[in-house]
This record gives sequence, C-alpha cells and structure tokens, in this order.
Amino acid sequence: MNRLLSAIPVVLGITIIVFLIISLIPGDPATAILGSYATPENVAKINKDLGLDKSLPERYLIWLGNIIQGDFGRSFSLNRPVIDEVMERFNATLILSGTAFVLCSFFGILVGTISAARQYTLTDKFITFIVLIGISIPSFFLGMMMILTFAVRLKLFPVSGMYAIWGGGDLPDLINHLVMPSIALAIVATGVVARISRNAVLEILRQDYVRTARAKGVKERSILISHVLRVAIVTILPVLGLQAGFVLSGSVYIEIVFQWPGVGRMLVDAILKRDIILVQGGVVFVSICYVFFNIAVDVLQRVLDPRIR
Amino acid sequence: MINFLKIVAKNRLAAFGGILLLIILTLSILAPILPLKEPNITNTADRFMVPFEGGHILGTDHLGRDLLSRLLWGTQLSLAVGFAAAFIAATFGSILGAIAGFYGQKTDNIIMRFIDMLMAFPYILLALAIVAALGPGLFNALIAVALVNIPFFARNIRGVTVTLANKEFIEAARLSGMSNLRILIVEIFPNLLPMIVIAMSTTVGWMILETAGLSFLGLGSQPPQADLGSMLGEARSALITNPHTSFVPGIMIFCIVIGINLFGDGVRDALDPRLKKGSLIRPLPQTIYEGGDTQPTPSTKLLSVQNLSTQFHVNQDVYQSSNDVSFEIQEGECLGLIGESGSGKSVTALSVTSLVASPPGVIKKGSVNYKNENLLALPYEKLRSIRGNKISYIFQDPLTTLHPLHTIGDQLLEALQAHDSKLSISESISKSKDLLKSVQIPNPDNVWDVYPHQLSGGMRQRVCIAMALINNPELIIADEPTTALDVTVQAQILNILNSLRKERKLSILFISHDFGVISQLCDRVIVMYAGSIVEEGPVKNIIQQAAHPYTSELIKCVPQLGNKEHALHSIPGNPPSLNQLPEGCAFANRCQYKQDQCLKGSVPVSSKDNRSYKCFYPVGGTA
Repeated sequence: MNRLLSAIPVVLGITIIVFLIISLIPGDPATAILGSYATPENVAKINKDLGLDKSLPERYLIWLGNIIQGDFGRSFSLNRPVIDEVMERFNATLILSGTAFVLCSFFGILVGTISAARQYTLTDKFITFIVLIGISIPSFFLGMMMILTFAVRLKLFPVSGMYAIWGGGDLPDLINHLVMPSIALAIVATGVVARISRNAVLEILRQDYVRTARAKGVKERSILISHVLRVAIVTILPVLGLQAGFVLSGSVYIEIVFQWPGVGRMLVDAILKRDIILVQGGVVFVSICYVFFNIAVDVLQRVLDPRIR
Repeated sequence: MINFLKIVAKNRLAAFGGILLLIILTLSILAPILPLKEPNITNTADRFMVPFEGGHILGTDHLGRDLLSRLLWGTQLSLAVGFAAAFIAATFGSILGAIAGFYGQKTDNIIMRFIDMLMAFPYILLALAIVAALGPGLFNALIAVALVNIPFFARNIRGVTVTLANKEFIEAARLSGMSNLRILIVEIFPNLLPMIVIAMSTTVGWMILETAGLSFLGLGSQPPQADLGSMLGEARSALITNPHTSFVPGIMIFCIVIGINLFGDGVRDALDPRLKKGSLIRPLPQTIYEGGDTQPTPSTKLLSVQNLSTQFHVNQDVYQSSNDVSFEIQEGECLGLIGESGSGKSVTALSVTSLVASPPGVIKKGSVNYKNENLLALPYEKLRSIRGNKISYIFQDPLTTLHPLHTIGDQLLEALQAHDSKLSISESISKSKDLLKSVQIPNPDNVWDVYPHQLSGGMRQRVCIAMALINNPELIIADEPTTALDVTVQAQILNILNSLRKERKLSILFISHDFGVISQLCDRVIVMYAGSIVEEGPVKNIIQQAAHPYTSELIKCVPQLGNKEHALHSIPGNPPSLNQLPEGCAFANRCQYKQDQCLKGSVPVSSKDNRSYKCFYPVGGTA
C-alpha cells in the first residue's frame, strides 16, 4: 500500500515532464496542426479547443484533471478519443511485450545459470558467444531477417500482422502471428538477462552458505537450484523490471517491422502526422502502466526475500 | 596509457573488436577521398542492382544509388551522431551527477528525484515525446537520445563522486581553503574520468543503435541524407524482392555494435580490474587434488592427515597456506588447532573434505586417511556421502553460513535428507526438533519457521551445531565457532559443545586463535604458524611449558582478568607473506631467541613422549 502511495509523485512527475516537453513545441501548435488550413479563424478556434489561450500551469492542471477522469483528449488524425485508441493498441502491445518479457526472463536466467554452472567449458563459451551476438544485433534488423527466412523462404509463419485477414481471430492464429515478433523482441533482452544471471550465479556460488550446503553433503544439482538460483532470482528481479522497459521500448521497432497494431506503431504514425495529443496521451498512459509494473516487481521481491519483508 | 593499451590488446576479443571498429572508422572517415560514386545521385534505370552488377560493388538501392558509397557515408553519419549523443549525455549526466554527489543534501535530493522521474519512463517513450515536440529530424533524434541517456551517467557518476567526496584528499583540499568549484574541477573530475570513459564505452553502442532506430522509424535523418538506420528503413519495403539492400546497412550496424561491445568490455576490464570477468570464478564442488593416487599410511586413528599441502594460485603467485601438515585425531578426542589469522588453520580444516574453494585452491600433495581411504582422492559422490554425514562442519559466522532465504527448519531437513532420503518427513521433523532442544534452544517450534536473520548470533550458532550433529557424525570440525559471538554466548556455546561431545563420544577438531578457549575444551593442541605445524602436544603440558617460542607468545596473549600488571600482550611484527615464505624458520624474524642457524635450511621436528616441536632452541631448553 505504501508502495502504491509512493507512485503518486512519480506519476505526477511523468505527467509534468511529458506536458513540458510537448509544450516546448517550437512555433505555433495550431499552425503546425492546421498546416495550409491555418486561417486566423481556424487558428483561434484550435487555440480555444486546446485551451492554448490559458497560462502554462493552468493548462497543466486542466489537462491533469482530465487525465484523472480518464479523458486524454481527442486525436484529430483519427477523430476519436485518445484513450479508446490507446487502450485498444495497448492491448496488442501488452500481448507482444508480455510474451517477449516472459521469454527473456525465463531463457535469460536459464541460459545464464547453465553458463555459470559450466564455467569455462565449451557450453559456457558457446553461450557467451551467442549472447554477445544477441545483444549486438539490432532488433529491427533481426526481425527483418526472420521475416525473410522463416516467413518468406520457409513459409513457417505469417509475414506480419496480429491476425490473419481472412478467417483468423482465434488464439492459435494469434500465437502463429506472435512467434516471430516476440522472439525477435526477446533476443536482446535475453542476452542482457543471461549476462547478468551468469555473473549473479557466479557471485552467489562463492558465498559461505553455498560452502555450508556442500559441507552438509547436499547434491550439487539441489545446491544450484534451491540455494543458488533462489538467491539469484531475488537479485535479478530489479534487473528484470528494468528489462521490461527495454522490451517495451524495443516493441516500437518490432511493431513497425511486423505491422503489429500496437501503441508503438500508433505513436510513430502520430508523430509523423503531428498528432501531438495522441502522442502525449499514449506516452503518459504507457509510462504510468510501467510505473505500476515496477511497483509490482518491487512487491514481488519483498515476497521472495524475507530479509526485506 | 601504453600500459592500458597493452592490457586491452592482450584480451584477444577486445583487440578484435578494436580492429573491427578501427577499420569501419577509417573507411567512413576516408569516404570523401575514396573513389566512390556519388551517394545521392539517383538513376532509376540502375535500380536494385545486385552486388558487383554494373560496377556497383554492393549493388544499388531502389533509386539506383550506389550502396557502397551510401553505406560509408551513412556509417560516417551514424557514428558521428552516436558519438555526439554519447558525448552530450556524458557531459550533462556527469555534471549533474558530480554536483549531486559533491554537494549532497538538498541539491542531491532535487537532482536525483528528477533523474528518478526520467528513469521511470521506458526510455523510448521519452525519446518519442521529445521527437514529437521537436519534429522528426536527425539533430532532434540526437538530442532525444542524448537526453534519455543522461540519467544513466548521472547515477553512476553520482555514486563515484559520493565515495570520492568522503576521501581524505578532498578533506585536505577543503582545509587548504580551496573553493568547492575548484575542488570539483581540480580534485574530483580527474578521478571521475575513468568512470566516465567506462560508462561511455558501455553506452555508445546503445546510442548508435538508438539513433539508428529512430532513423529507421523515419523520425531521424530525412531524405536524401541517410544514416544506417534510415537506409535500413528505406530498404524495408523491398525486403522480400531485394534483400541485399537491407543486408548492407543491417550488417554494418551489427558490426559497429559488436565491435563496440567487445572493445568496451576490454576497456572496462582494463580500467576497472574489479569488474574483470576472471575475478568471478565458480568454485568446484571438490578441491582440485594433484596428489594422484597417494596411498595413505595405515592408521588406527579415526582420521589421519598426512603431509597435506594446500596452495592458492592467484595470478602468478603461489600462496602456501598449508605446508606438509600431518596430524591425527582419535575417537572421542578433542583436538585443538591454534594460530593467528592467516596461519592456514581454516584451509587445513577445509582440506579434510576438499571444501577449499578451487580454483584458486589446489591440494598439492598429501592424503587424509579416513577408514583406510584417501578422502582427497575420493570420487565426488562418495565424498558427498561423507560430508555432513560422517564428518561435519561448524563455521565461524553463522549469519553468512546459513542460507538467508530458507527457514531454519528447511535447512535442517535438507541436511537430514541429503543422506537419508528414506526418512519420512514427520520423523525428520521430530528428530530435528529434538536436536534443537538438545542444543538448548528453548522453543524449537518457533525457531522452526524463522529465517536466520531473525535469530540472535548465539541462537544461529546453536542451529549450526544442531545441523552439524543431525546425521550423528563421527567427527565435527569446528572452525572458530565462537569468534563471531560475544563472550557470554561464547561460554554457552562451548558448554553445549563440551557436553554433547561427552554424551555422544564425538571427535572434534576445534580451531581457534584463543588459547583460553582451547584450554577449556581440548585434550591436545596443534599450533600452526605460516602454514606449518610448529608444536603439538597435550594442552595441559603445553600451557605449563611451551616449547616453541611462538606458542609461548600465543599463551601470553590470553588476558588475565583483574590483573593490571599483566598488560595486554601482543606478538611484535607480522607473519611472513604466504607467497614468499623465508628459508629456515618462518617465525625467526619475530623470535627473540633467533640464532643464525634458524635462517637456513629447514627446521627438523623434535619429538619426545607425546609432544613435538619444530625449533632449534625451544623455550626452557629441551622440554
């Protein structure tokens, strides 16, 4: 509960920062929006609609008040309420990023642990090498190569989109569309998690309590699982929280490459169409969700670690 | 600097990364003078030529422009933008971090809260918001990427500054009347530089990737100007028909980033040796044994350690922690092992069941005879069945030796079930709880579900004793079990050990640096100095008349209560470093009876009755 309350200043900070950035638009926003339709009457109308005739703090408070009531404004390029569009898109982003996040957490920890437990063997060197390639390849390029190989050449998966245009829409169809983008999105994060897990496991293996477990005659495998991994997960959790941000960020590229109808693609389109209200709403909404996600991670860590409970 | 380059060059991967980067860098810098075709001349007749077609080494793109030329120019642009972003982020981030860390208090609070806010965003959303406000364009993308990376620098640099600001030389500068700003620039900044370089080397790859990413999305460089990201973005629409247009920029980005990552890892290792990969080594489940199939001499005793030599190999140095050590323990005997810290007592004790962290530890030679088998040469599974079952340990600090995330009950059950998987859970629980009672834990049921950090030190050590006893071992090796405890608790723990020992006819190898403690508990004692045994015999006799000068000094160190005349005694000088043991007697340079003979060759062991010592000139003549 205390953690939830502590989110309030962070959320306020986020809204202030986004509001300030957006308000810094050089030139007259009304003219920017209207382009060649910028007659004086139209400009005045837009200014009034957007409340631009008021002072900065006033505008912020009005905007904040609206957000609290769930009103993120109206997108003029789509001509519908921002919140409706964002919610719809966010759902798709959540499916993609969530899958990638689960993949990268699971495989990252698994691979990192194996690598540490087999330190300096061929397995370890192979994993380290693959991880290095994984964290160096741009996800958007990887996505394109995957489309070329698995969709175009091998025809294993659909090229793009979230559902088939004809006769799709069910869960198997979604999964079929999800495989490639989620893997492309997860690869980099998996590499990062694997690197950190490997170091964490190596660090823990040197602790006194591991020696105690060995002195007790516990089997190496159980030491690794119930002693080492147990602690490793607690230390890696905050890193996973951070990785969620990277996965969410990477999803913007992946959504573009795979034509995934998520928030990232919406934001890029909105920027290119200069639909500032939509950008503003989308950024604030997703960022706030991310704050709450990190609180959840924090709470989970408290549950798993009796020392800070 | 040359030294630094040498270290980087020694790391083959880093050198490879460095060379890869250097080649890319040179080629992109040379782009204006290389005989390249014009990057921006469109020729739709020549569009989508494959590599080597029509004199285009890498082919042409959708507008018939030469890809090689565009690639090198694009690389130049991407690198420039990436490095510029890294430089801007490093500058502003470091300034903010240094100010926050140096001035502390309110300034720190305000800056860091602001940084925390920035970090609460998934980074790309912030970048997108900035680009949305400023409008698409390469320069705006650069600013966005730089801004987004400021928090990373600010946090790292702040941390380093805080530790620096508390160092003596900063205090000295303050006292000499230097202004804060001057201290910051003259004293702190030069010390921050390596950290800034490390942070830059780890992030510049990211920033190149991020700016390329924004360009890829169409938010960065605008046509006809092209960096690698926008080249890839433009090529995407022809991905299926003409994949080579995508390969060219994509592979280049990959090469740049992997080069920076490899090189950056090398730079980090060279600048900050603590982070070096090699410093994290997994200790093997069993110490490396180089004694081959040494057959132990038969012995009637419970355990017989014979000529044990354990070393640590760190870089080029060999530390001889345990040097030709031999001793025996009888059934039901309590043998004390005493010496200063670093004398090799713990290493000797851990060597018995191959628990010495390895690498770096190696058991060079010797054997441990237990039931006519050499414990050191046992295969792992067999050794495991003895550890904690026949021979168990009690370690020094029960807070670090108990697992922090498992309850006491679980840790006891684990010890039981490691050796007796047939025992039912309810039997195991009642057996464990009985044992907790016998180590004088008043409320075993409450302690059962508790985590180690919730218990007091004395309680924790009782738990450790119970855990060591749980499989009815024949020998307990107690490695300074009371050192971490306060005096009253020490006495309780010693009493518990003593009574359990008599009850169960246990053998104990009791390690301590305190003759007072040893005399309360042990029958015989071994004195170790610099890895070797220097004296051995019954505790009573040795306390009456020590033979080795070191032993007699150690005995003098025990304080006597209420005796003001008896000033607290300490042994002058320090023990020799274990990686360069002197010839002759290792104690000679601290010894008041030293003669020339002591400095040459090796000192023989003299024995008489049940005592032995390693000294030419024993205290009080031949004992």
